[in-house]
This record gives sequence, structure tokens and C-alpha cells, in this order.
Amino acid sequence: MSIDMEQFKVTFVEESLEGLDIMESVLLDMHPGAADAEAIDNIFRAAHSIKGGAATFGLGDIANFTHVVETLLDEVRNGDRDITQEAIVLFLSSVDCIREMLSADQNDEAIDQERIGEVKAGLDSMLGSDQDNETVLPESNAATSTDTQENGWEIIFKPFPGMLRTGNDVVRMFRELADLGDFTAVVDAESLPPLVDLDPEEACLSWHITLNGEIDKAQISEIFEWVEDDCELVITPLSASNTNVVNNNAIDNPVTDNPVEEATSVDLQAASTPSERRAEGERRQTARKTSSPESSSIRVGIDKIDDLINMVGELVITQSMLSQLGEDFDMGRVERLNDGLAELERNTRELQESVMRIRMLPISFAFNRFPRMVHDLSAKLDKKIELTMSGEQTELDKTVMEKIGDPLVHLVRNSIDHGIETPEARKAAGKSETGVVNLNAYHQGGNIIIEISDDGAGLNYEKILAKAIERGLVGANEELPEEKVYELLFEPGFSTADVVSDVSGRGVGMDVVKRNIMALGGGVDVKSVPGEGSTFTIRLPLTLAILDGQLVRVGNNTYIIPLVSIVESLLVDQKNVNEIAGKAEVYQLRADYLPIIRLYEVFGIEPDQRSLDDGLLVVVEGDGKKGGLLVDELLGQQQVVIKSLETNFRRVEGLSGATILGDGTVALIVDVAGVVRLSREDGRCPSEQVAAA
Amino acid sequence: MANILAVDDSASMRQMVAFTLKGAGHQVTEAADGQAALDVAKGQKFDLVLTDVNMPRMDGITLARELRSLPNFKFTPILMLTTEAGLNKKQEGKAAGATGWIVKPFNPEQLLATIKKVTG
Repeated sequence: MSIDMEQFKVTFVEESLEGLDIMESVLLDMHPGAADAEAIDNIFRAAHSIKGGAATFGLGDIANFTHVVETLLDEVRNGDRDITQEAIVLFLSSVDCIREMLSADQNDEAIDQERIGEVKAGLDSMLGSDQDNETVLPESNAATSTDTQENGWEIIFKPFPGMLRTGNDVVRMFRELADLGDFTAVVDAESLPPLVDLDPEEACLSWHITLNGEIDKAQISEIFEWVEDDCELVITPLSASNTNVVNNNAIDNPVTDNPVEEATSVDLQAASTPSERRAEGERRQTARKTSSPESSSIRVGIDKIDDLINMVGELVITQSMLSQLGEDFDMGRVERLNDGLAELERNTRELQESVMRIRMLPISFAFNRFPRMVHDLSAKLDKKIELTMSGEQTELDKTVMEKIGDPLVHLVRNSIDHGIETPEARKAAGKSETGVVNLNAYHQGGNIIIEISDDGAGLNYEKILAKAIERGLVGANEELPEEKVYELLFEPGFSTADVVSDVSGRGVGMDVVKRNIMALGGGVDVKSVPGEGSTFTIRLPLTLAILDGQLVRVGNNTYIIPLVSIVESLLVDQKNVNEIAGKAEVYQLRADYLPIIRLYEVFGIEPDQRSLDDGLLVVVEGDGKKGGLLVDELLGQQQVVIKSLETNFRRVEGLSGATILGDGTVALIVDVAGVVRLSREDGRCPSEQVAAA
Repeated sequence: MANILAVDDSASMRQMVAFTLKGAGHQVTEAADGQAALDVAKGQKFDLVLTDVNMPRMDGITLARELRSLPNFKFTPILMLTTEAGLNKKQEGKAAGATGWIVKPFNPEQLLATIKKVTG
């Protein structure tokens, strides 16, 4: 039987990454000299499992590397080695190295040999260079001796009384011996006690065995391997002359090995022929090429699966109820049919929600890299920083989670680098020397809110404004409210750092952060109080796959407007319509002036009516900006599954995707922020883009 | 075909062991640590126990000792899966009542061959 080990590797990598996370967080909490036994045990076990798995699943480099870490940790565990700051740092780098090696293997990337070599050298030197050769794992556990005897062997086997209690069975061993050659055993019942004293759990017989045939001694030793310490065992070669006679001397003089040329390997792997193995190797290679195991698995709590099974159960019941109804239907039963359909709708919705929940992961997956980062950065910048986190269990779609990681890193770096002051500066300002960076996440409506706040110096209004004027983003004498000024931070190429540090401050980034967040259908804003700190707030949709939509009709086309962005809908009252500069139309809604966006113009289609009079205006808000979308008719509301335009067609401004409606037609989903932006820019019409494509 | 209890805190190792054994027609019950294994073992009989050594809550050596004190596990073969090439753990395991050991890393073929030794 050949088993492709590749299939277990995904699980191995997953659990190893978890193990590494544990190691990292334990190490971060560890103080030199004062390691508690449980903490050390935890990281030792993690390293131990990684080493064992790596060796099993053919990741020799990782196994060798981790072996050194494990050995060091074992020494710490046994009290033979103190945990020093140096050791903690080295272990942390090792965690990084192992992580890198795992991901390199998963993605077929090259690894940074130099860095890994450096860390390995550090580990080796800590272990003591004289033990270098021990860091190589044995290739195979079978220590093969090649002692073959033509005539066979004579074995004297006297189990100690307790041998049976280890579960070793003499009959079984004899059967194995008999498989090797011509087997004869003479039982010696001399030490058998009288029946009344007989303890059936004790071994009290001994045997004198002759095994004829061309047999390797190692094969015999292997059979007795587990009982070596539980018995008296003498294995002597059979010479042609001494056949069935017990040689008493042999008991006292264990046999010395006679090397014989003919090697009978006990390496079980050798059982498969070379060509078979090559074929297997090729299969593995193709498997690696075709499947990228990276994001192919997700860990799901059993309760979510149970929910799902429950829902499916209900769905099946509803279905059978409906089909029963259908078999024997008359108009008198319409009411029951409606009930059934309502039930079906409820089942479907719940099932859908449950399925979506499977993709949801707690945001701690994105947060857990920060303790390490804050630890490293504060050391680098000579700042004292405490990281606090709350709402780590808040759940978020896996895809959103993957994409929000980098922007978060950027914002946290920013807080550490620009926000938190040096301990001296903080002291001078009457604050505690240790700054606090706080990460918080919570749900609000259909959104998840992530806040990154610090108790640092806050944003410098004057400095940002001066910079903006210098860059020509703001007129020299322009008065701007605070929030507008802070928003300038997200402009491309904007940095107020006096000195560009390698932590952050090149001015690339904040605009990218904002763009990334907007691409996820979210937004980011900032609040700041001088001297007290800043808070960046990220708002993200919970999932990218489904949205609650308002169906609207423009001419013959159906569009979907995300429900979250709709403020209200109203009939246009002509007296509230104003024209600005003879071109742009605005609608006065209470204190607000909304640009009127004629969807038929944006998308280049034929509407029912072009006049604003008694037209339907859907007031929407995207990216903090409002607008009124002119449509012909409001249809129903429903949840729609978003199909990406980018994967199926290409990105079109003003549209965030498409979906398939119940009647099979395709409806396009309006990107509200994009359309509002388009109307302000008065730029190219997206319909031209579509036509051009 | 034997009824086997496989104990390992590493999910990938458990997967590999269970997959291999099931492929060879054995019945496999999995447990993630010694304590979980002991809880399972109290309720039923197995033909063989395969256990890792280093595990949280209860390690493999303690598990072997505990199992041997159960009447239905007096003579059940217990094999340790160990990475320690040294004698220490093996002897410790033997002293606790383990039947034998399989040294990691092992491949599925090696595992099956060793199991054949004790299940016949």
C-alpha cells in the first residue's frame, strides 16, 4: 500500500502554525531567569510536535532545525539551562524561521537560507559546538546489522516473570520466528510451579529454539527488541555440528557479531521497487503543482457544523411537506402551500446564514501578530508600549480578514512610530512612561468596526496643514475643519515625519491603507486630540459574498443598491431642485444639498422618464458622501449573492459586482461610493468603458 | 483486522495513523491526549493502543501505566510512538507497562509492519 503523505501535510502545516503561535505568545510573556515549568512545557511540546511531524512528512530541513530548538528547550525544561534574554530572542527568531520554512514549502518559494543559517548557527553555538553532529536526525530508525548465518540460529529465551504484563505475547513472537525459517522450540518447564502456586499472569516457562535457514541476526533481534530487558536472551549461530544441544557457555558469553557480506536490509521502505518509488515521487510532484493547499482549508467549530446539519434537517422536512402537498393539490390548500413556501424561505435564509458563518473567523486571527510586532518595534524604537486588545472574538469573513491584515499592520506601526512618544517626552508631558496602543473590534449593524487607538501625542493639526499647503493640496489661506485636515493623511505621498524611519514614515502607505479598505467596501477615518492620542476607525462589511440589496429598475434594466448605503427614498419635488453653474443638479433635502445622479446617464441606458418631476430619488451615502440616485421604480428587497465582475469580466467603475436574480436574469450591483465619486468628478462614463471592453 | 486506539496530540499524525490503519482494514478510535484516551478506554476493549509520548494533560507513559491497571487492558499491546532515539523514554515506557515502541519518523509501511507484529 502506498499512501500519499502530501494529504496530511496541510493539517501538519496548520497545526504547526498554531504551535508556533503558541510558542511565540508564550515566549513574549517570558522573562529571563523566571520561566515557569508549564510555559516551558508548552513550547517544548509545540517544538517537539513540529519536529516529529516534519520528519514524518518529509520536511527534513524543518525537522533538523526544530530538533536543535527542541534540544535546547529540553535542557531548559530539565533545569540544565537558564532562560536568558538572548535565548528568548533566539527562540523567537527560530519561530520566524520555522514559519518561513513552512510557508516556503507550502507555496514552493525559496527561503532566506542566509537568515535561517544565521539563526541555526546561533542555536548550535548555544547548544555547544561539540554537539553539532547530534543535530542530524537519523535517516532511518533501523540500525541494520548484517550478520547472516547460513545454517541458522540457536536461541535461548527465558522470559522474566513480568514479561507478559507488558502485553508481549510469546506465541506471537514464535509465529514471527517461524516465518523466518525452520522453527523448532523445546520448552523447559523446570521452573513451572505446582498448580496451586501458578500465577497465570506470570511467565514461568523458557524455551530453547533452533531456527534453521539463511537468516539475518538483526531480524531475530528485532522480534525480541521490545523484550530485551524482560528476558534472558542468547542468540548463537548454529554450526553444522551443534544442532539441538544447549551450549551452556553461550548463556554466559553473548555472541559477538560476525560480519558477513550479504546484507539483508530490514529497511521496510526498500520493499517497494525503485521504479515504484519514482512513480510515487512524480505523483507527489504533480499533486504539489496542481493544488495550492494554502487557503484550501478552514477550521470550523463543531457547533457551526451541527447548526448546519440541523438546518438541512428542517429543510428536508419542509421539502417533503411541500411535495406531499403537491401530490394532491387543490385550490383549497393554497394557504398551506403559502405556509410551506414561507417555511422554505425561512429555512433557506437560515441555511444561508449558517453557511456564511462557516467562513467567519474571530478577528484574533488578525490581531495575534501584534503582540510580537509591538514587542519588537518598541525595543527597536526605545519606547515603552503596552498593547491591549478587546473584542478579539468578533467574527469576520475569512477573505476580509486576509485582506485587512496589512492595513492593520500599517496603522499599528504608525501608532507606535508616530503616535506614542519616547518615555522622556511622555514623562515631561506628565503621562505614564508606558504608552498604550489599543486594538478593539465590535459589530455594528452589518459592519465590523476595528479601532486602533493610542494615547500618544495626537495628530499635529498645524504640521499637517502646513504640509498640505506645501504640497498644494490646500490653498495657502484656506480654513479647514479639523477632520478635513486629518483626512489629508490619506492622500498619496503624504508624510509629516521629520525623519524617515525604517518603521514607517515614508509616506507611502496611508493612501494604500485607505484604498485597500475601500476596496473591501469599507472606510477608515481618524479622530485625534492633541496630547491625548489618536484613534483610527476602520469600518468593514462582515462578508464580501452576500449583501442585502434594494432592487431598482431603470428602463429595462434591474440594478441592485446595497441596503446599507440607502438613507431614504423620496419623490422628487421640483421646487427643491437647484442647478449649480448651469450644469450640476442638486437636490435640497432638509439642510443637505445632494447631487442628483441620473443612473440612466451613468450607465448609458434608456429610462422610462428623463424629467425629474415626480421622479424617484434614492438617497444614498457612500464613503461619507451623499447623493440622490434617480431611478424609474423601486422593486423588492432581497439578499443577493455577489458575483465578482473582476473574475468574470473586468472591473467597471460604478459597479461592484453582479448577481443572478430568481428569474435567472443578471442584475448589476451599484457601487454607491464609486457612482457618487464619478458624479463629482464628472469624468468618464462607465458605460463608455463597458462599450470599449 | 483489529480494533485500535490511536492517541496523539498532533492532528496530522493522528490523521496519518488513522488513515493508514483504516486503509489496512483496522478499526480506529482516535484520542487527542492521554486523558481522553483513558476516558475512552474505560468503556471499551481494544486490541491495540498506539500512543504518542509527549502530550498535554496526560502523557503516553502515564497513560500506559493507567491502562495497565484497568482489568481489560492487562495484556493489551500498548505501543509508544516516540521520537526519542535514546533509551530513556523506551525504558520508562516499558517500566510503565508498554509493550514496545515505534520510533518516529516512521512511514505507513513501517507502521503497518510493526502493528502486524502485535496483532498477528
